[in-house]
Amino acid sequence: MKKTYLPKLFLIINADIIDPAKSKRYNGSILIKNGKIEKIGKIISVPDAKVFDAKGKIVTHGFCDLHVHFREPGREDKETISSGAKAAIIGGFTEVCTMPNTNPPIDSPESIRFILDKAKNLPLRIHPIGAISIGQKGQELTELGTMVNEGAVAFSDDGMPVMNSGLMRRVLEYSVPLSIPIINHAEDLDLKVNGQMHEGFWSTFLGMTGIPDISESIMVNRDIELTDFTNGRLHIPHVSSSKSIEYIKKAKKNGLNVTSEVTPHHLFFNDEELKTYNTNFKVAPPIRNEENRKKLIRALKSGIIDCIATDHAPHTIEEKEAPFDWAPCGMIGLESAFGAVWKVLSEAKMDLLEVITSLTTKPRLAMGFKDDLFYKGSDAQIVIIDSNEEWEFNLSSIYSKSRNSPFIGKKLKGKIKTTISGGYLFEI
Amino acid sequence: MGFLKNKDLIGLADLEKEDIGLILQHAKSFREVLNRPIKKVPTLQGKTIANLFFENSTRTRISFELAQKRLSADSVNFAASSSSLKKGESFKDTVRNIEAMKIDCVVMRHPSPGAHIQLQNYIDSVIVNAGDGSHEHPTQGLLDIMSLLEVKKKLKGVKVAIVGDISHSRVARSNIHGFLKMGAKITLCGPPNLIPMDIRELGLDINCDINEVLSWAEAVNVLRIQRERQGTRNIPSVREYRGLYGVTKERIERLKKEIVIMHPGPINRGVEIDSDVVDSENAIVLDQVLNGVAVRMAVLYLLLGDKPQGL
Repeated sequence: MKKTYLPKLFLIINADIIDPAKSKRYNGSILIKNGKIEKIGKIISVPDAKVFDAKGKIVTHGFCDLHVHFREPGREDKETISSGAKAAIIGGFTEVCTMPNTNPPIDSPESIRFILDKAKNLPLRIHPIGAISIGQKGQELTELGTMVNEGAVAFSDDGMPVMNSGLMRRVLEYSVPLSIPIINHAEDLDLKVNGQMHEGFWSTFLGMTGIPDISESIMVNRDIELTDFTNGRLHIPHVSSSKSIEYIKKAKKNGLNVTSEVTPHHLFFNDEELKTYNTNFKVAPPIRNEENRKKLIRALKSGIIDCIATDHAPHTIEEKEAPFDWAPCGMIGLESAFGAVWKVLSEAKMDLLEVITSLTTKPRLAMGFKDDLFYKGSDAQIVIIDSNEEWEFNLSSIYSKSRNSPFIGKKLKGKIKTTISGGYLFEI
Repeated sequence: MGFLKNKDLIGLADLEKEDIGLILQHAKSFREVLNRPIKKVPTLQGKTIANLFFENSTRTRISFELAQKRLSADSVNFAASSSSLKKGESFKDTVRNIEAMKIDCVVMRHPSPGAHIQLQNYIDSVIVNAGDGSHEHPTQGLLDIMSLLEVKKKLKGVKVAIVGDISHSRVARSNIHGFLKMGAKITLCGPPNLIPMDIRELGLDINCDINEVLSWAEAVNVLRIQRERQGTRNIPSVREYRGLYGVTKERIERLKKEIVIMHPGPINRGVEIDSDVVDSENAIVLDQVLNGVAVRMAVLYLLLGDKPQGL
């Protein structure tokens, strides 16, 4: 990767421009002046501009990932805010939301400030998500309003569900005037118990304790009921089960303020992969069976699921090399995200504009961020993609501090070539 | 090295039928050796085997150790509770250190399913699975096949019932794969919350009525109820279990037919099976134990032996 300052005048020509906010795709040029969009359209030449020929490439909004774990503070050996930022840029992301399950958790206004201080000089936008409960213990509410004032963009106890329905009700109610999403990791722990993988034929065959799909959908249903009851704002992370999709579909039909995300790995893999006992496949919620995978793709295509989020979750090799039952849940996902989803979704005949929308406009809308990036005066957050390039994801593709990716060795489609963010040009 | 298609013995799911046959054929010969006054053969002289038990075991460990002694192999034992392993040295380092001392084979029991498949990434030695979580216990499966074959002569079409906690049983899985490969018919019986319904895809039946299953079966393998694993979650009480699923004297007497009684041990007498049934003429429980040594000798010989030789 090569990082340089963006020239004062930078002209991207011959671009296949996708503007997801306006749902348009056209050929043209983009002129960037002092790091801000100056003009988009048929610009032939600008004196003194450094010209970038994007022939044959897609030029679009920088991606937004509303679900990453950067492990700082506490587990800087796995990832820091700075190393996570690098992985994001490589993956074409110019904006990310960090989950609060660090050590200690981000459960106070002071810790929100800590994240923003660390992120200040990084060339991408980092938005902290605050914890719902103090210590993520599921008991006492955090100072939600003060945390929003400091810069929290949403609340979640991610990694752990809010098992207590009363607490979930209170946080949904309390956050109505804050108008920010509550994100609940939907897994009923009494149904998950000591589960290691999706409950089905493969868990039975492999002798692993199963996690039934209803452990998710029961809680999704509960959260939707509570959203209806409280008039709250709910975002459902990493949807893995087709039963959850049915509930989300109904909630949207009834006009509830509910959005949802799916991860690249739930779209890409099915539970048969677990037969290698490769702990990089161990995630929460688990990789489900082929039937669920197909329905997730369909739900994304039809818009029931709004967007794609990576749930980038770094872990050390040492922790992941443990016997399966003891290994922690999670995989990294930023660097492989686009190549993985475009491989699967192009095969599923999803339009490229739609796929890009689910990585840009839709997650931004879900979080209440500005979704239009292509207007005069906007900070340049641009990604340039070769959507036809087929490539193998391997260790050298990884910029995260951790390497826990089951995509290693997999053929992906679509490669991020250049990311423009924070006044820099990253050539990958 | 080795006479089987696979380098290691991980489970019966990936062991070919011909290899099962080869193991049984050699086990039969070794069983004869065990009846001799001098029970030792020099077959594996100079080979070193490490028995790594990350979970408690008495009979399987002794059976493997005896098999190794009978074959004149050198063996070392390592036992660690899984809790101490979690804290200290990593699993990978432990096994690599042991292999670095120039051993030829690792016999391992581990509480985590698939630990042996992970182990394949870390060491080159021959690996024999002595039980991994709820996944497989292949030598138990082989000795069960061998023991029933001694009574039935062939297993094609023979009706075998497996009774108990199927969900948490590695013995059940190895039995299912092994008996199905030998052409037997299988019905599983037990509390419905301890039988994963997806297991039917392997080509077997499930019936929760113990009386129906016993009257159908020609042989019944009674699994131990692992009280320590159940807590009160799955089975309300031992009394309830015995009442609904116990292989009791009354149930067997009512059958008015011969039925082979098997149990992998250790037995909870009066819980999953009655003492009178265990000690009856139709029970082959102690034959299973002896065959266990013979099967393990055969497995170790076929995986580690240098060239075919007379016994």
